[in-house]
Amino acid sequence: MLGLYLHRESVIHRLPAGAKLGGLLLVTVAVLALPSAWGALAAGLIGAAVLVAARLPAARVLAELRAPVVMLTLLFGFQALLAGGGWEETAIAVARFATLILLATLVTLTTRVMDMVDLFERLFGLLRPVGVNPAKMALMLALTIRFIPLLGEQVREVRMAQRARGVERNIAALFVPLLVKILTMADDLTAALEARGYDPAEPETKNST
Amino acid sequence: MLSTRDLVLCALFAALLGGLGMAPPIPLGFLPVPVTAQTLGVMLAGTILGAKRGGIAALLFVLLVAAGLPLLAGGRGGIGVLMGPTGGFVLSWPVAAFVTGWLAERFATNANPVRLFAVSVLGGILVVYAGGIPWLWLVAGLPIDKAVFGSLAFVPGDLIKAGVAAVAASGVRRAGILPIHA
Repeated sequence: MLGLYLHRESVIHRLPAGAKLGGLLLVTVAVLALPSAWGALAAGLIGAAVLVAARLPAARVLAELRAPVVMLTLLFGFQALLAGGGWEETAIAVARFATLILLATLVTLTTRVMDMVDLFERLFGLLRPVGVNPAKMALMLALTIRFIPLLGEQVREVRMAQRARGVERNIAALFVPLLVKILTMADDLTAALEARGYDPAEPETKNST
Repeated sequence: MLSTRDLVLCALFAALLGGLGMAPPIPLGFLPVPVTAQTLGVMLAGTILGAKRGGIAALLFVLLVAAGLPLLAGGRGGIGVLMGPTGGFVLSWPVAAFVTGWLAERFATNANPVRLFAVSVLGGILVVYAGGIPWLWLVAGLPIDKAVFGSLAFVPGDLIKAGVAAVAASGVRRAGILPIHA
């Protein structure tokens, strides 16, 4: 399954997903707690260091940042105009959040989807006392990843069929057959899982992903 | 406890949200903006699967976006998008699907499209805005009144989506394939 992950041989890529996510959390809290300019500067330096260490193409990373930065600039600029605030303040506020989004993007670009999903599964293990079954969450995540291309295909198929009938602008004509298809697929997939001996009552059924 | 069928249904609806993000936006005859149907999927997860399974389906989707799959409309994804100014609108989806389902289990148990519409508006629009607008204020410092005003531009499109979700859910209920208390 293709994710946003960008493979390179680097220290950052080899770091465990938990360390990267934990680090991101720490830096985010620190930046939000520090006075604006220093936080932005510190996060920016960390981001630049990680970017270099991860050997990622800067252009690709910055392309990911363009949309949020444009939006933040508009939002803050709008406020600066209305409230009469200084442009420096606006620039600092935008920089602060842009660097945080940069760091988050770097985590995503350097961590495989499956490593991140494995991490989520381990975190779900912590929720076992409140009734969360990590094995079931893991199975559902794996099934979802498998089903996404299938569902994308179904959406396209039904839309093409409706276009052939000349009702492509009638959205109800799209969703009712789509949902009926999904619900009948659910029966087949349930039967397929059970035929392979899957038993939801078994507490430690750990299906490999 | 979730049965095997529940697990499959949650995964299928989570995948539907992803599939809707991949599909080109649906043109609506009378609106200039094409509608991306992902929030419609959130409403459907609630009305068709109910509170628990609908909420889990949307949660699975958000987790996979956080894990780095480019599943949001326009091929966006990753933690950066969720942390960004509009992240709250996506992070609120599990709650929105749960609330839609909770209301549907109580007030819209038959194929009545008006009730399904009301439930979709409350859960699928109100809850999403209640999550997205404070986030916009928190991350971008946009004052609440301005954030509310800016978000109003999306309300007509969302109302149409709630209408479509209601008609579609009503159609599925009439087909009698899946009673809400399965």
